[in-house]
Amino acid sequence: MKKTLAIAVSAAMLTGLLSACGGSGTASNGEVNVYNWGEYIDESVLDDFEAQTGIKVNYQYYDSNETMYAMLSGGGAEYDVIIPSDYMIARLISEDMLEPLNFDNIPNFSDIDPELKNPEYDPENLYSVPYMWGLMGVIYNTAMVDEADLGSWDLLWNEKYAGDIVMIDNSRDAIGIALKSLGYSYNTTDETQIVEAVDLLIQQRPILQGYVMDEIFGKLEGGNAAIGTYYYGDYLTMLESNPDLGFYLPEEGTNIYVDAMCIPKGAANKENAEAFINFMCSTEVGLKNCEAIWYSTPLLSVREELDPEVSSDPYAYPGAEILAQCESYAGLPQNILDLYDSEWTRLKSAT
Amino acid sequence: MKHKSLAIPYVGWMALFVVAPLILVVVYAFTTREGGFTLDNFSNMVQYAGVFGRSFLLAFLATLVCILLGYPLALLLAREQSRLRGMAMLLIMLPMWMNFLLRTYSWVFLLERNGFFNTLLETVGLPKLDIIGTPAAVVLGMVYNFLPFMVLPIFSVIEKIDPRVIEAAQDLGANSAQVFRRVIFPLSLPGVLSGVTMVFIPSVSTFVISRLLGGGMNLLLGDLIEMQFLGSAYNPHLGSAISLVMMVIVLVSMGLMNRFGEGEGEAVLL
Repeated sequence: MKKTLAIAVSAAMLTGLLSACGGSGTASNGEVNVYNWGEYIDESVLDDFEAQTGIKVNYQYYDSNETMYAMLSGGGAEYDVIIPSDYMIARLISEDMLEPLNFDNIPNFSDIDPELKNPEYDPENLYSVPYMWGLMGVIYNTAMVDEADLGSWDLLWNEKYAGDIVMIDNSRDAIGIALKSLGYSYNTTDETQIVEAVDLLIQQRPILQGYVMDEIFGKLEGGNAAIGTYYYGDYLTMLESNPDLGFYLPEEGTNIYVDAMCIPKGAANKENAEAFINFMCSTEVGLKNCEAIWYSTPLLSVREELDPEVSSDPYAYPGAEILAQCESYAGLPQNILDLYDSEWTRLKSAT
Repeated sequence: MKHKSLAIPYVGWMALFVVAPLILVVVYAFTTREGGFTLDNFSNMVQYAGVFGRSFLLAFLATLVCILLGYPLALLLAREQSRLRGMAMLLIMLPMWMNFLLRTYSWVFLLERNGFFNTLLETVGLPKLDIIGTPAAVVLGMVYNFLPFMVLPIFSVIEKIDPRVIEAAQDLGANSAQVFRRVIFPLSLPGVLSGVTMVFIPSVSTFVISRLLGGGMNLLLGDLIEMQFLGSAYNPHLGSAISLVMMVIVLVSMGLMNRFGEGEGEAVLL
C-alpha cells in the first residue's frame, strides 16, 4: 500500500516536473479566447495560467456590456470566456447565447459565497460563475467639491460644478442613475418613467465635461474633472494615484452588480474555458487578482486571506444595512431594451 | 489591353471588400430585425438632422482651416528649392508614421484641463484654455490629423507647373500677385479639389476624434453609426440606413464640386 503511494507520488512529481519544463516552451494544449472588461484583471495571472496548463490565452477587452453584446451577436468573433454583468447575463440566457457549464470541471465553484449562488439573473446557476462584484457610487475630488453638496445623485446635476462633471457612457448605468434620482426602480418597465429619466439626462448635458468609461481614470486622477460615477473597486485604484479623491453611496440607493464568467454558445474551446474559469477561482489567483483590481471577491477563501482593513471595508464588503439600499439590474423585456437603445441615441444625438 | 487577366485580382478584391459590404449595407438598411422590408429606418432619420448638420459643419470648418493653412504651406514648399523642403516634408509626414489613435489620444493629454498646454499657460500666468470636450477641440483634431492630405496634393500639383508658363506671364507684364491669381492658382485647383476630398470625407465620417476630443458630447455621424453597430445602442439596420444616406450626400456634394472644378477633376481622387 505504502509502496504504491510512493510510486504514485513520485510519478505525479515527475509529470509535474516534466510539464513544468515543457510549460515554458510552446503552448501545446490549445488556446482559450478570453473577452473581459478593460482594467479588470491582473494580467500576470494570464501568464501563470499559460505556464501551469500550457493553454495559450488570447485576451481581448471591451468597455461596456453593450459592446460585448454587439460583438457576440455580430457573430464575427470567437470567444470562449466572457465576463458580462448580471443583467446582460440574463439577456444572453434568454436569447440562448450561453453554453451551460460543466461544473465537474470547475471544482473551485464550491468556494463561491453562497449568497452569490443561484442569483436572480441565473436562477439555477447553470451558466455563470461570479468573477467580481461591487457597488457603484459617486467619486469626487475633495479639494474641488464642497462637503455640503455630497450625499445624493443630485451632485451630478449641480450647476455649481458645470464643466467638472463626467457621466458614465453606457445606457443602462446612465439611465439607471437618472431613474434612481427620480425615485424609480432600475428595472422599471414603465416607458414614461424611462423617457422622463432620459429627459433628465438631456437637461444634464450642458454642465457635463463628457461621457466616459475607463477614460474616467485619467479625468479624476489628474484632477481634470471633479465628479464622476464609477465602481468602488476602481475608486480604490484611483485613490492610489490621487489621495484627494472621495467616494460615497447616494442616499436614493445605488447599484450592486455581479460580473460573472460565462461561455458563449458554440465556443470552440469549452474545456479550456472551464479550466480557465476554475483557475480564476483558486485562492492564490483570486487573491492576486483581487489585490490588483480591488473589486470585491466572491471567493470566501480569498476574503479570509485579504488584509483585514480591506475585508472589513463597508463599501467593499457591505453589511445588511447598505445592501438594503442597493438594487441590482434585472434582465429587461425586448421592447424595453429597444426603448433603451432608441432613447440612448436620442440623448447622445441631442444638440 | 493584352493583359486583361492582370485585372482579375483587382476586380476580385473590389468585389469582395467594396461591393459585397455595400450590398450588405443596402440590404440591412431596408430590412427590420425580423428580416421584413421596411422604410422606417429612413423615415425615422429626421430626428438625427442635428447630427448630420453638426458633422457637415465641423467637417466643412476643418476643410476650410486646412485650405487656409495648407495652401500657403504647399505653395511655399513648392517654390522653395533649398534643403528646407526635404526637412519640411519630413516634418509633415512624420506624425503619419505613428498610429492615428495614438496621435489623437496624445492631444487629449495636451488639451486636458490640467494637461500640458494648461500647465504651461498657468506657469506663464495666462488664463487656461478650456477647449477639451468642445466642437473646437474636434475641429482641431481633424485639422491636425488630415492637414497632410491637403498639403501633399496641392504641393505636387504646384510643383509640376511648367516654370515657362510663369515666365511667360511675367514677360507679358504680370506682377507677382497677378501671376498667382491668373496662373498659379487656377492651375493648382485640381490639387485643392483632391485635398478637399481627402480632408472632407474622413472628417465627416470620423468617430474617434469626436469621441476622444469631443468627450462623447459632440456626436458626429461616425459616432451615431458606430453606436448602432458596436456601441450602446445596438441597431445595425438603422446604422446601415444612416451610412447609406451619408454616402449619398457625400457623393452628391463631391459631384457638385467636381462640376464646379470645370473638368479639371481628373486629378480628384474619389
